[in-house]
Amino acid sequence: MFYREAGDYKVSYQQDSQTFPIKFDRYRYFLVMAVAFLVVPFFVNDYWANAILLPFLIYSIAAIGLNILVGYCGQVSLGTGGFMAVGAYACYKLMTAFPEVSMFVHVLLSGGITALVCVAFGLPSLRIKGFYLAVATLAAQFFLVWLFNRVPWFYNYSASGQINAPERDVFGVIVTGPNAPAWATYLFSLIFLTVCAIVARNLTRGTVGRSWMAIRDMDIAAEIIGVNPLKAKLSAFGVSGFFIGISGALFFAVYLGAVEVGEAFGITKSFLVLFMVIIGGLGSIFGSFAGAAFLVLLPVVLKVVGVDLLGWPTDIVAHFQLVIVGALIIVFLIAEPHGIAQLWRVAKEKLRLWPFPH
Amino acid sequence: MPLREDSSVPEQLVFAMEVTLNGLMAGVLYALVALGFVLIYKASGIFNYAQGVMALFAAMTLVGIMNGQVPFAHLINAIFGGHVTHFGWTVPSFVAIVLTIGVMVLLAWMVQHFVMRHLVGQEPIILFMATIGLAYLLEGVADLMWGSEIKTLDVGLPQGINLWIDETTFQIFDYGFFIDNLDIVATIIAALLVAGLVAFAQYTKQGRAMRAVADDHQAALSVGISLSFIWVLVWSVAGFVALVAGIMWGTKSGVQFSLSLIALKALPVLMLGGFTSIPGAIVGGLIIGVGEKLFEFLIGPMVGGATENWFAYVLALLFLVFRPQGLFGEKIIERV
Repeated sequence: MFYREAGDYKVSYQQDSQTFPIKFDRYRYFLVMAVAFLVVPFFVNDYWANAILLPFLIYSIAAIGLNILVGYCGQVSLGTGGFMAVGAYACYKLMTAFPEVSMFVHVLLSGGITALVCVAFGLPSLRIKGFYLAVATLAAQFFLVWLFNRVPWFYNYSASGQINAPERDVFGVIVTGPNAPAWATYLFSLIFLTVCAIVARNLTRGTVGRSWMAIRDMDIAAEIIGVNPLKAKLSAFGVSGFFIGISGALFFAVYLGAVEVGEAFGITKSFLVLFMVIIGGLGSIFGSFAGAAFLVLLPVVLKVVGVDLLGWPTDIVAHFQLVIVGALIIVFLIAEPHGIAQLWRVAKEKLRLWPFPH
Repeated sequence: MPLREDSSVPEQLVFAMEVTLNGLMAGVLYALVALGFVLIYKASGIFNYAQGVMALFAAMTLVGIMNGQVPFAHLINAIFGGHVTHFGWTVPSFVAIVLTIGVMVLLAWMVQHFVMRHLVGQEPIILFMATIGLAYLLEGVADLMWGSEIKTLDVGLPQGINLWIDETTFQIFDYGFFIDNLDIVATIIAALLVAGLVAFAQYTKQGRAMRAVADDHQAALSVGISLSFIWVLVWSVAGFVALVAGIMWGTKSGVQFSLSLIALKALPVLMLGGFTSIPGAIVGGLIIGVGEKLFEFLIGPMVGGATENWFAYVLALLFLVFRPQGLFGEKIIERV
């Protein structure tokens, strides 16, 4: 019924290699984009933006970044929190040093700076792999958080050690600081997410993405067939760092507004983003969205059900959240190692034939 | 005790010696956690991230049993109403420890039966992530069972400054070293534990089976060793080690969430020592313990302090670049 390729003729190479080869999928994509860009901004209010939409958009960017590294290139990283902190602090330094420059430029530059840092911490990946590398990235996590905590230059010598996002605008519309309207922060993050997702999607199905996947599947074999592991691994770290840096910058400047590094970008953040990637689906851009949406919505739903409906104390609900997240990780790894993305793929196949059995 | 003016040994050196000794003691505790990792890794190839949370869980269960807390009291109160908190009795620490060991064995069986059995043959990194999930699950369950507030644990281990060392060193260096009695006890217990484990692995039937499984799963299966039994056994032993580590750390700094973070500290210990070597875990623990204390003492003040947070990881990172298998690890051989 849905998702049929019947009658959808490809008459040029361009059509043959488009991102969404099935017509139904393509229309669905355009519909989602239209709703996200043209409808939601008119209805969004502060609660929706801050509780659900902004975290979803920003974590999606981070999840896409980490998915490139873990899902596509197979280099497990537990340093996401630290790299997000690099993005946030780079953005803060740029915002305070060049107040007149557009926020777009700041966020992109902080992504670039994070990419460089990420590549530097990715260098050991040329020698070590597997969870040895995972532990090595922990060094990045702890070292970076410590650095931003202890070196006053990074937080402009403020007495509290916090960084606060000053008010900055894009073409005259305020997007950071407490006075930014909900629709502006939403659209600002959405634009970044859209661009990131399109770039990531096209990178992963091009030459670079194929070399990443070759490295992931078996690095020695990849090397033998002519993939340069140095280039592949470091480019994965760089691209991943760029996205994670953007998400860190947005997380600080647009979403939170004020950040204490150990609290906002601690090791738990690294695990949270890693869980998003696992639950969503390793090696899938759609999975990054699904995982981010799932883990952003889960606490909100649990809070609504547990605290508001059942009237349980908040600490019990928080503990339940741990149990549920942990159990879900295990269940997903056992039942569906490819995550929500795989469920979606299976559902699509079913829909294609529905309502006929064969 | 204060340093006398006419001291013959330079005071920096004396301080450094005290720091080193304390570092050694801290290293023993790291090694204790790392030991649990090595056991499971050797027998099943699983890198058990949940080891630290198991220590937390064991310590919380021990405190809960000793105080006669009702498990899941908060939850029961929230669902059914009422105000149950305690059974109204206290359990002597020895009985409580035995009961906790029972709980850890049960936990080991559950982990094997519900989680690891379904993941046999998966890639190591998938297993690693599963244990991260397990860590979250266990932490949530522990909090639900016993409540998340900080608890004090006292099973009757000696605590406080060791006066004999204080006196002796004062005679030699004119400066009394501060060494906690608890650290000394921990060192002795760790030594006994390692000796016990080695004896268990070398001289008992189950220990031999365990080593056989570690060597080659399929060969072990073919001579009639039950893999699932061995894995339950290994997780139980790891649970026991976690309990010992939990008691030590819990007595030292209270039973609280940060206890599970020592698991993260054990990772660089393992990387230094090699994942597959019990002596490696101990030497690695000592190196990390001494290294981070000395680094904090010598370099820390220059760069703003609190270097203990990251020193171990950076040291391990630098070390790995030159020797990827660690000090005592088996050489990594890759076949295509």
